[in-house]
This record gives sequence, structure tokens and C-alpha cells, in this order.
Amino acid sequence: MTTTTSHHPSIKKYLAVFGALLILTGATVGVSYLHIGSIVITVGIALLIAAAKGSLVAAFFMHLMGEHKWIYLVLALTAFFFLVMLLVPFISHFNDYRI
Amino acid sequence: MTSHTTTLDTVQPGELPYAKLGTWLFLASEVMLFGSLFSAYILLRAGSATWPHGWQLLNIKLATLNTVFLITSSVTMVLAYAKIQNGEIGKFRLFLALTILLGSAFLVVKYFEYSHKFHEGHFPSTNLFYATYFTMTGLHVLHVIGGLLVNLYFLFPGLKLYESSPEQFVGRIECSGLYWHFVDLVWIFLFPVLYLL
Amino acid sequence: MTQESHHESHHELPFWRKYIFSVDHKVIGIQYGITSLLFLFFGFTLIMMLRWQLAYPNQPVPGFGWLFKETMGIMPPEFYNQLGAMHGTIMVFLGVVPLAVGAFGNYVMPLQIGAPDMAFPKLNMISYWVYFVGGVLMLASFFVPGGAASSGWTSYPPLSVIATTGQTMWLVSMVFLITSSLLGSVNFITTITLMRAKGLDFFRLPFFVWAQFVTAFLLLLAFPPLEGAAILQLMDRLAGTSFFLPSGLVISGTPLNVSGGGNAVLWQHLFWFLAHPEVYVLILPAMGIVAEVIVVNSRKPLYGYKSLVYSVLFLGFMSFVVWAHHMFLTGMGTFLSNFFMVTTMIISIPSVIVLTVLVITLWGGSIRFTTPMLFAIAFLPMFGIGGLTGLPLGFNATDIHLHDTYYVIGHFHYVVAPGTIFALFAGIYHWFPKVTGRKMCEILGKIHFWPSLLFMNGIFFTMLFYGAAGVQRRLYDPTVYTHAQPVQWLNVVMSYSAWGLAISQIPFMINLFKNVFSRKKIHENPWEATTLEWAASSPPPHGNFATAPQVFRGPYEYSVPGHAQDFFPQHLEGTHS
Repeated sequence: MTTTTSHHPSIKKYLAVFGALLILTGATVGVSYLHIGSIVITVGIALLIAAAKGSLVAAFFMHLMGEHKWIYLVLALTAFFFLVMLLVPFISHFNDYRI
Repeated sequence: MTSHTTTLDTVQPGELPYAKLGTWLFLASEVMLFGSLFSAYILLRAGSATWPHGWQLLNIKLATLNTVFLITSSVTMVLAYAKIQNGEIGKFRLFLALTILLGSAFLVVKYFEYSHKFHEGHFPSTNLFYATYFTMTGLHVLHVIGGLLVNLYFLFPGLKLYESSPEQFVGRIECSGLYWHFVDLVWIFLFPVLYLL
Repeated sequence: MTQESHHESHHELPFWRKYIFSVDHKVIGIQYGITSLLFLFFGFTLIMMLRWQLAYPNQPVPGFGWLFKETMGIMPPEFYNQLGAMHGTIMVFLGVVPLAVGAFGNYVMPLQIGAPDMAFPKLNMISYWVYFVGGVLMLASFFVPGGAASSGWTSYPPLSVIATTGQTMWLVSMVFLITSSLLGSVNFITTITLMRAKGLDFFRLPFFVWAQFVTAFLLLLAFPPLEGAAILQLMDRLAGTSFFLPSGLVISGTPLNVSGGGNAVLWQHLFWFLAHPEVYVLILPAMGIVAEVIVVNSRKPLYGYKSLVYSVLFLGFMSFVVWAHHMFLTGMGTFLSNFFMVTTMIISIPSVIVLTVLVITLWGGSIRFTTPMLFAIAFLPMFGIGGLTGLPLGFNATDIHLHDTYYVIGHFHYVVAPGTIFALFAGIYHWFPKVTGRKMCEILGKIHFWPSLLFMNGIFFTMLFYGAAGVQRRLYDPTVYTHAQPVQWLNVVMSYSAWGLAISQIPFMINLFKNVFSRKKIHENPWEATTLEWAASSPPPHGNFATAPQVFRGPYEYSVPGHAQDFFPQHLEGTHS
């Protein structure tokens, strides 16, 4: 087998993740109907649920659980620079002299 | 010299296939590509006096359906990979075909969404909301099309490789799967950001 | 060990598959080398034309009257702007990076790690041809109505959004070039990570490979945001969006008919997020080359190998968090301004370590003053001046006076021109024997070196003073400003130095052509070096090594005490220190 880190396909596991993803999708849409006043909380919850869904896809479908260290290293670097890229323009908006 | 298989320095033969590392590196660059658009979106929205809510202007039901399509296609994709790892070619083709069908269904829904908007007179040039909506989903659509083409290739002409080199073919399906899951991942973030906030 | 086992086909490949669409990293490296040198030459020609207008404003350009018939032989301002924008674009994206990474990286790196080729040979070939198409698009843009891009290599909106068709071609071409770089960096990282020879641990790698490794990560993670920005600018230009167009924009008295609401500074953030790591892409391979050349020609191990490696790792990492020092004058608040100033100051530390380590390596060495060594040694003070002149730019307070003046141009050219380009020359002279099996002529090399050094400083040292006097960048006729008039004579000095620099390249071109086909062949290791590329024949065959080499020691075992020879190649068995 090409993949030596044993990815024993467990159909049951995949279907369980599928179920969780559907439930979380429902939650995403459901929360949006609540029309929460605070934009910060709304964004926070939306991103939290999305992150949960994303983590499930990454960990189980993309087999990131128990993946090789090199992959983790590349992704850790990417995650850091991604955050920097996301945060700085946003912070600059609040720090600029002219709005 | 003890040769641990999990050191960064010495990677044992076969431990990490070239194509797998290469695919993850490519996906890392894609994270930065879509990330830059998310970053632009955040800056533009934060700097705008008014910005409509996604649910005011876009069809949530259709988008939720699309989300279900893509998530299901991720499941069928990972099942296709499981089947080909096991040598079950028939089931592999079934699940890969389902993946392609679900991906195409996504595109069909998007077609209806876009044409409805154009019909209403809403274009990317209308305002920043539509500009970001069309650009971000548009780039995502291009990536979906790319994934579909790759999967179609492996469903038909590319399958020949399995006869001459099954291990290599399985490796390619793994990489194609990684890409497809990534496309799903991007949508998992696009959907709430554009439609629900 | 190759994943895709191409069994050696013992029948000859047809010409077009052997030399045009080859998947051999060496052929691809040479393709990148020739193409990038041609682009460097073309980009240099553009600036030589521009320098006439600066030295003698509004006077007809000698020899180019036919080009400027409507304006009586005088270069129009629109053309001047095209020259400026395209000189920068071509030199950076079509010249230096493809030469430093595409040519040197592709050719030398697999040899230095003892690999038979890259991890993805076909992808490597595609990378080259995508670069080629991007280059053709850039050149073609000169011939569309309105000419080439003319909004600076930085393409700032709103100007770039309302500019002529050439700007669209610039954006599309950039997408091609970025794609080429991305595919290349995937290849480089995979190859270095997974295809090193047996015994070649990371800390036995030649420094050149480390430099290429970090560079590949910079290209992989920093280029996509520019691609994103290019997509947004294309949408603004072609689909009428306003990502970068603020509300209420009025052009020549007419309000722009767009939705507005956009942010021009957004482009700057996305552009510089790439463009700052990009300048480290420009310098790192050069540092790698200089290290190799200095060690070989000092007959001494590299001093502080580990410090060097950790420095470039730190440098690569920090390069992602300094970009807004290019944006100090966009109205940013003090928190961000100080943040980026601090990170910029911090990033100067690893650069200084690199420079210091290389200088100390020279100390006590048996220096061979060959042509590559002259260029490599010259790199050190030139890069030093480049780095020092960067400091007042990194301080946000002093940058207020220096931003957008010729001082900035002087600073970055010091790093790239007598910096990187000198290192690239060193690399060409150093590895020419490996690529062709012949040596370049030393006399012609020295005739190339000394005037080049003189004229480089004539241009760019002068430019620092010109900029410090307050003259802004990208001015068609600087003499319209009274403060620029007393220093106008400096333009004459710079222009003649530029033209002198051009003439000084003739011995180099003669040297190249003369010796590529010369009869005198040399053996595989004329410099008596230790790294693996010198174990292969000159030039190496397809597959590089008859049997996969094994590595027994570090890369810089020179003048080992008690050893018969003054160098101990990596691949030879025997007692290792």
C-alpha cells in the first residue's frame, strides 16, 4: 500500500462524521435565524461551528489524524501566516487615522 | 543510529509519498489564496458604513442544499478511496461517479442562483456585497470544476493506470480526494460568511 | 528512489522532447537560465532608455526618433511610465527570480542532494512553460493600444484600475508567473524533503540548498495573496467592481461611474504581503551562492553553519510580518506603525548574522581570487550598504522624509543589483564548468568584474544622495521641482554609469558564447569542491549519478587537519571528522 501510515477505512466512522456534519449544518442555519443582535457573537458562533465542521473534514476525511510530521509542520506555518494575513488589515482599519 | 519513522529528517521509503506531500503543499497555497479573499472581505466590510446581511439578499435554502451536496460528495469521495484501497473497482467507480454527480448538482444550483441574480439586475458591479459574493463563490466554482475534471479523468481514461500500477493509482485517488475535501472545506466557511452573516 | 520509476529508455528521445519539452531538471534549468538572462538584458535596456530622459529631460532620444515620431523624438510621459513599470516587473519576476530559483535552483539543487531529478519532473517542465507564456504576455503588452502597464511594478489602484489595456495583460501575466512559481515551490520542497541521498541529513546540506528550501516556502505561502489581489483588480477592471475604488472618486473632473465603497489600501496590504517576502526570495538564493563560492575559494569550512541555517529560517519566518513598512505613509495609526517598525528592526538581525558569518569565513583562508570569488566577495560590502541604507527606511519617523524618493530606489538596488546580480554572476562563473564541461576565461571575467563594480556604485551610491535631497520617484521630468534642480547633474552621473555598466557586460557575453562551444574540456571537479554536484560528470548525464551517492560527512570539510588533500568530498568513504 502506498499509504504506510495505516488508514484503515472505517465506513462506520465516515458515516458518523457525515451525520455530525449534517447536524452542524443545521445548527449553522438555525443560529442565523435567531438574528442575534451582537455582530461579534453572531460572527463568533458562525466561525466556531464552521471551524468544527472543517476540523471534522480535515481530521477524518483528509486523514489528518495521525498524519506525517511534515504535513503538520507545513500546515502549522500556513495557519500562522493565514491568521496574520486575516488580522492585520482588520486591525489596521481600527488603527488608521482616517476611517 | 535508530531510525524513527516519525522524525522530520529521515523519512523512510514509502512513509510519505511524494504526491501526498506535494498535494498538501499545494493546498497550503490555496489556503493562502482563499484566505486573502476572506481578508479582503473582512477589511471591506469593516470599512463600510452599511453592509446587507446575506440572508436579506441570498437564497439560504438553495445554499443549504448546496452545502449538503458538497458534504455528501466528500463522504462519497472518501468511500471511493476506501473502496479502491481494498481493490473493489466496481464500488470505487460507483462512489466516484456519485461524487461527480453531487459536485455537478452543486454547479447546477449555482447556475440557477447566479442567473436569478443577473435577471434581477444584480451584478458584481452593483455593490461591494455582490462583488465579493460573485468573486468568492466564482473562484470556488472554478475550483469545483477543476475537481470534477480531475475526478472524471480518473473515472474514465485515468483508470487504465490501475491495471499497470495499482499502488500509484490509489495514491492519485488519495490526492484527488484531498483536493476535493479542501473544496468542501472552503465552502464550509464561505457558506456562513456570505449567506448567514 | 523515484516514486514514478521511469525506466531508462535506451533509445534516444526526439529533439523536441530532449531539448524543448524535456523533463530533465538540468535542461529545464538551462531553459530558465537562457530565458531569464534575455529578460534581464531586455529589462536593462528599458532602464537605459529611461535614464536618457532623466539625464537630459525633454531632449530627443538618440537612435529612437523613429519610436517617438509624434513627439519629435522626445520620449512621451506615458512611455516613460511604461519603462519604469516594466523595468521593475521584468527584472524581478522575469529576470532575477527565474534565474536564481528556476535556473540555479533547478540545475544545482538536485545534484547537491544526490537526487536523480526533481520529485515531479513533468510539473517542472510545466512550470517553465507557464513562466514562458507569462513572459510572452508581458512583452506583448507593449504592443497593445496604450502600451504596457504604466502604474509602477506595484500597480497601485485607483490609477492601475483606470489604466490602459496593458495593465490587464500585466495582471493576467502575473497569474501565469505566480502559478509557475507555486508549482515550482511544491517541487522544490518535496524534492529537498524526500529525495536527499542516504546519509544526507538536513544539517549536512550545503547552505545553497537550505536557502532554496526557505525560498520555496516563501514563494508557496506569500504568492497566493497577490494572486487573490490580481483577481480582485481584474474584477475591478473588467467586471466593474469597486474592490479598490473608494466612493466619490473623480477622474479629470468626471465622477467615476462605479459603486464605490472600496479601499485602495487593501491592494497595498495584499501586494506587499507578497512583495516583502519576495525581496527575500531575491536575496536568499544569492546568499546561498555566495556561501558556496566563498567556501570553495577560501579552502576553509563555513564558519557558523548552524547560525547561518537558523538565521535564514528565522529570516524567512519574519519576512511575513514586516510588509507594512512599505505603507508607513498610508495614514496608519501608531500601534501598527510601531509594530511593523519593530519587526523590521528585528529582521535585520539575521541578515547581519549571515553577512558576519560569511566575512569570518574569509578570515585566515587561502583565498583564490578567481572571478566567481571576486563577485562573491564584492557581494558582501554591497549587500552591507543595501542593508544599512534600509535602516532609515525601516524607522517610521525617518521614512516620512525618505519614502517614495530615489533613496529607496538606491537602497533596494544595492541589495538586488551589486547584491543579488553579482551573486548570480558568481554562480554562473562557478557552475559553468559543471553545466558545460568547460571553464570560462579568467581574464575576460576580471574585465567584466571591475568596471561592473565601479559603475554599479556610480549609479546607486549617487542615487542615495539624489534621493536624500528629496527628489521623488517616478518623475518624468524632475527639473520641474526647484529642489531637484541643483542635483540634476547627479542624473548625468547615474546615466553615464548605467550606460557604462551596459558596456561592461560585453566581456561577459563574449566569455559565455566563446566558451560554451570551446574545445578545452575540464574534469568534473575543477574547483576541488566537496559538495555532491562535483561528484557527477560535467555535464551530468540524465539521472545525474551512475549509482546513488551516499553521504558520509558535512558539506564543508576543507583543510581537515592530517588529511592529505585540502578538501574531503561528502560522498567519499573514509574517516570522517
